[in-house]
Amino acid sequence: MTTPPALQLAGVSFDYPDGHTALRDLNLSVADGEHVAILGPNGSGKTTLVLHLNGILRATTGSIEIDGLPLDEANLTEIRRRVGVVFQDPDDQLFMPTVRQDVAFGPATLGLTGPDLDTRVQLALERVGMTAAAERAPHHLSFGQRRRVSLATVLSMDPTVLVFDEPSANLDPFARRELADIIQAAPQTTLIVTHDLLYAAELCPRAVIIDNGTIVADGPTATLLADADLLAAHRLELPRSATLARTQDGPRPRDEPTNGP
Amino acid sequence: MGRVAWIAPSVEQGRNNDDMSGDHHDLGTLHAPLETPVHSIDATVKLVCLLGFLFAVVATPPQAVPAFAIYLMLVVGVEACARLPVRVLGRRLLIEIPFVAFAAALPFIGVGPHREIFGLSVSIAGCWAAWSILAKATLGTAATVVLAWTTPVTDILAGLERLHVPRVLVAIAGFMVRYLDVVAGELHRLQIARVSRGDNPRWFWQGRAVAATAGTLFVRSFERGERVHNAMLARGFTGQFPTTAPDAGPRRWFPAIVWPGAACAVAIVAITR
Repeated sequence: MTTPPALQLAGVSFDYPDGHTALRDLNLSVADGEHVAILGPNGSGKTTLVLHLNGILRATTGSIEIDGLPLDEANLTEIRRRVGVVFQDPDDQLFMPTVRQDVAFGPATLGLTGPDLDTRVQLALERVGMTAAAERAPHHLSFGQRRRVSLATVLSMDPTVLVFDEPSANLDPFARRELADIIQAAPQTTLIVTHDLLYAAELCPRAVIIDNGTIVADGPTATLLADADLLAAHRLELPRSATLARTQDGPRPRDEPTNGP
Repeated sequence: MGRVAWIAPSVEQGRNNDDMSGDHHDLGTLHAPLETPVHSIDATVKLVCLLGFLFAVVATPPQAVPAFAIYLMLVVGVEACARLPVRVLGRRLLIEIPFVAFAAALPFIGVGPHREIFGLSVSIAGCWAAWSILAKATLGTAATVVLAWTTPVTDILAGLERLHVPRVLVAIAGFMVRYLDVVAGELHRLQIARVSRGDNPRWFWQGRAVAATAGTLFVRSFERGERVHNAMLARGFTGQFPTTAPDAGPRRWFPAIVWPGAACAVAIVAITR
């Protein structure tokens, strides 16, 4: 028996109540443990897609499966446990009075209590290096620390799929590096939704470009980012400095996808 | 110009802040992290003691003036133990002014027998009512200031949860604490952006931009509320708030309980006499 893909979207379309079509016939399959970048300009449907992955928005047509489990009302709790979404603004994600309580919120809603809950919280905070801040209030942390705590709040639910919405936004270079190291080491299937192309290139061997609610390109990140015309057609661009370095030194070698479909 | 000068120092302060979370309008600053006997008492015990004390004060008839003198001594005693400076207490008591302002009118609008004081005819019942509001509000506020001075906000929330206050109420209080800072920061940025574009409303009829700011802040806060709710749903929230307050271990009620105990004894004597 073959393992089902960690994430399978088939013909997913979504219309907002005002009639705006945000996703059109979107098909995507992500293998277990794969790190994939979802690239696209503003308004291309990236965040709408994120909200579909754990059933906060429900597709108008099409189906979504996580580890072979169809996303429907009966599986909603389990799917929300399996898919950990790290939202763009940590102030939206961190709503409890202390870091510890926030990290405990998810597993506690799943019914964990006592030492089991404490262990989960402890492990999640250790993973992101924020154990010392457990009793602090989220608004007393730096932006980078808040983003790492946001990640801990989903890690504590023991997810199989991690989804990051613009993880590098508003981070200083050092915080960016700290977060990249954590993401890189994550054994989970990971989706990084971003328009930070260098971050995508560093963290994900595979990338898909989404524009106007549908996937317009899917392949090795290095190949897609080398195609300047493709990028330009979808309002994406590598930083000038990166392009310059490339023309001077020739193309840099990049990881090829190891377990992509 | 005055407005810009007022904003500028806090921008500077935000930049120099190690926490990097920008400007702080923090409820947490009500708490002073000192080591006193009152600080070391468990938050749950303090909440129960405060409730007991407030109950005694409210139940005491206003005519029992000596009882209020004893309450005052009890509050002052605890404040001394908590090393709460009188100046800080005085400043924090100002918050009761809007609430007790009404009391000032009672001697003049009260009914029943009147008496001449300094050439003014005042209602006797109105005077007692005014005294009652002023004394009880002041004692209550002073006692609450001690709680805020000696207990971090997060401990108070956890204490409420352990006392089985409905979790949705604790959560609402928690959200308020959590987002006051975020919303205040947003307001601050909106103000800076407005002043940067030359706005300087001085008179009431120039207040259109201020009103627009308030509207924008409301819409932004509403949208944030929706995003926070999404983040909660994403972590499995189904409408029931789970218990997340850490276990505080065994509670020591003695000697803290002596304080509300004394107040309750005084109240019982005052009521039964």
